[in-house]
Amino acid sequence: MDIHVLQQIVHKTRDARREQTLPKLSLAERDTLIKKYHPDFRESAYRPIRFGPNAGDKTAVELAALLEGSSQLPDDLDLTAAFTTDVLVIGGGGAGCAAALHAHAAGAKVILATKLRLGDSNSVMAQGGMQISVAPEDSPVTHFLDTLKGGLMKNDHALLKVMVEEGPAIAKWLIELGVLFDRDPEGNLHVKKGGGSSKPRLLTCSDYTGLEIMRVLKDEVLNRQIQLLEFCAAVELLSDEHGACTGVVLKDLDNKRYLVVAAKTVILATGGIGRLHIQGFPTSNHYGATGDGLCLAYRMGARLAHIDTFQYHPSGAVYPEQLVGALVTEGIRSEGGHLVNAKGERFVNELDTRDVVSSSIIRECEEGRGIRTMAGRVGVWLDTPLLDAEHGSGTVNKHFPAMVRQFERFGIDISKDPVLIYPTLHYQNGGVKIDTNAETEVTNLFVAGEASGGLHGRNRLMGNSLLDLMVYGKRSGLVAAGRASSTSQGKLTLDHLQRFRAEAKKHGVSSSEHASPMILPAYTRKTG
Amino acid sequence: MADDNFDTQNVIDQEEVLRHRMVTIEIAGKQYEVPEGITVIKALWYTGQEVVRGAGCLGGFCGACATYYRVKDDPKVRTCLACQTAVQDGMSFSIQAPFPARKAVYNIQELKDPKQDLFNLYPEAPLCRNCNACTEACPQKINVREGVWKAVFGDFKGVSDMFMDCVMCGMCTPVCIADIAPNLVALYVSRAQGAHFTEKPEGLERRIKEIADGQFNDDWTRVMGLNEKELTDLCASLK
Ligand SMILES: Cc1cc2nc3c(=O)[nH]c(=O)nc-3n(C[C@H](O)[C@H](O)[C@H](O)COP(=O)(O)OP(=O)(O)OC[C@H]3O[C@@H](n4cnc5c(N)ncnc54)[C@H](O)[C@@H]3O)c2cc1C
Ligand code: SF4
Ligand code: SF4
Ligand code: FES
Repeated sequence: MDIHVLQQIVHKTRDARREQTLPKLSLAERDTLIKKYHPDFRESAYRPIRFGPNAGDKTAVELAALLEGSSQLPDDLDLTAAFTTDVLVIGGGGAGCAAALHAHAAGAKVILATKLRLGDSNSVMAQGGMQISVAPEDSPVTHFLDTLKGGLMKNDHALLKVMVEEGPAIAKWLIELGVLFDRDPEGNLHVKKGGGSSKPRLLTCSDYTGLEIMRVLKDEVLNRQIQLLEFCAAVELLSDEHGACTGVVLKDLDNKRYLVVAAKTVILATGGIGRLHIQGFPTSNHYGATGDGLCLAYRMGARLAHIDTFQYHPSGAVYPEQLVGALVTEGIRSEGGHLVNAKGERFVNELDTRDVVSSSIIRECEEGRGIRTMAGRVGVWLDTPLLDAEHGSGTVNKHFPAMVRQFERFGIDISKDPVLIYPTLHYQNGGVKIDTNAETEVTNLFVAGEASGGLHGRNRLMGNSLLDLMVYGKRSGLVAAGRASSTSQGKLTLDHLQRFRAEAKKHGVSSSEHASPMILPAYTRKTG
Repeated sequence: MADDNFDTQNVIDQEEVLRHRMVTIEIAGKQYEVPEGITVIKALWYTGQEVVRGAGCLGGFCGACATYYRVKDDPKVRTCLACQTAVQDGMSFSIQAPFPARKAVYNIQELKDPKQDLFNLYPEAPLCRNCNACTEACPQKINVREGVWKAVFGDFKGVSDMFMDCVMCGMCTPVCIADIAPNLVALYVSRAQGAHFTEKPEGLERRIKEIADGQFNDDWTRVMGLNEKELTDLCASLK
């Protein structure tokens, strides 16, 4: 059937739906729904990790294989350092840039190594906004409670408290660097209400929040003349004889050579795992989101937290085929966009938490109330034209220029036609366990941003990631710089790797099974 | 997924999926056959090429995939983001190598007179010859030329609004006959606008002070003292 014919049901039912209010689910109802439909509860997709610090814990099979996977380094690699630094930051996204800037401001010599170009990351794609409790009716405590509820009560309280309390100071820092957040008519920060939050708390820069923040942070990294190693992927950490982190082996992706960097402290800011395509899901993530940091830290002996839970963003594009997996910003739902099944019905309160909304979309599709594309995908409608109907014509174009542009390229005018969506693999809820200094269980190894775990519990609330990056990017940078000033450079060894290899062998994992880290997904078609 | 459940009425018939049409394209001078409608980056993968430089976010935000292309029988060379553009028959393209533009180094907070400083940092900016090549090159359809003029005339607010959707792909730079890097000029201008010419939000200052003064301490003590059940109930009561 022609897409426009199928879309008619959305146009026809719009006025009736506008009269409706759907309640949010009670905690018990949420629990039942999620257990039945959320991908995290699909048992066949999980298995226990066989050895290492999290031996026996379950995680997605794709991640388990990489965590147990084998290093690509030869045993006899020459460990003479090509570079020496106080603080080495690995990863050029939001957390990495924030860490580098704060470590540098604290007087440390900083090197930032990143797999692709500086800034090519998930951070630049963030559209929805950044949660910071600035509204008079809001408070850090309310922010804390909302997040806890979103995280299914499993969040690390100490990490979370620090994040919500330091939020406002972070907003100030960004503003002083020149980030242009949206303002209300009085000149105050304009705040929007995000899914799962009881108060409006999202700071935005149009629907380019991540891009705006990253343009500024990248520029600042360049202005501070922090030494950059681009197209250099971390493939192994280095440890001294006591197991403390002392540097890293990078692989220069341009000439495939290994580069050894000696560092007194190392901050891993390598982001998430979307490109592992867990359970075959499409992803909203950038090209380099392959979970490298988790593998590196795990081999060093750092424990991971909550790695059995992933976030599926409710609205990934399903049509056209070219946009599959791309994010359709939550902002649309925040501003009142309805989710509509093939029968023209709403089926969930659109502002419920992501896990609830995703689960209910999956339910609609599995129970036959979805819309199918010939490419074999299913989805439900997101009523985007409703925003113009509610808030005046031009609203969609004005508030969501990035999204309008994305669809316009394929001849779809989202202000007139609803879009087809289905959950897309979006975020790694867990990661390397850290304390409030962003330090892991391995001495002198820090982790910031999406690669870290604990703060978001079992489900991240929209807009909390950007704040997490900035707060723990800052903390890791400051603490790592302080630590570096009071320690001397440790010996560079791969002792931990020898131990890890021996353990793998004991558990019957052959070294040819899986090269780890993945570095880039294997999308290149094998021909012939 | 339970196939039988599907109402066959609710199926979008996509022409391109039904027909599986292959098209001929040219990548950096070589011809290949690829399925119509896939993106330029996917076409590279399809032809067996590895992409390291030239791919980043894959979502139209990072500008890593800046690409020059031409369509059949048309001499006009256009630009696009390779992750956001579908291939068509007869299309010819090359990913653009990074252009060695000069970025001025500055301390944004210590600028004394940001509007005047523009001329020291980017002395080439006022030499714009109005040729409009930059605007034509911009895959984000920004009126780049107008932005450069606004910058030079001190309309920093106008520039910031215009360049909010600049992905820093740099396509506007190699075409400039005056050796201006318009995106870098605009970035400087919008940072200056944010840091120097935008009101400090009062509410934010107030909140920072409230936190520093310990205004939420009692609430924290109460909340952190709750047992798991009490905390769950409190969270459940939030609307
Ligand atoms: C499309 C999209 C929209 C989002 N919207 C929002 C939003 O509105 N609000 C919000 O709060 N959050 C949002 N998020 C989540 C948030 O953006 C991410 O969680 C966050 O940006 C992660 O930041 P990071 O610095 O930890 O990782 P990233 O920004 O992904 O950066 C990781 C960096 O590490 C590099 N790297 C990876 N592996 C290696 C290696 N082996 N060696 C060297 N470098 C490496 C990468 O190349 C990259 O530069 C969104 C995410 C996506 C994908
Ligand atoms: S202004 Fe220049 S750098 Fe920015 S998007 Fe347009 S062409 Fe790219
Ligand atoms: S290309 Fe250069 S000279 Fe031409 S309009 Fe743009 S900025 Fe001016
Ligand atoms: S890869 Fe980022 S814009 Fe295309």
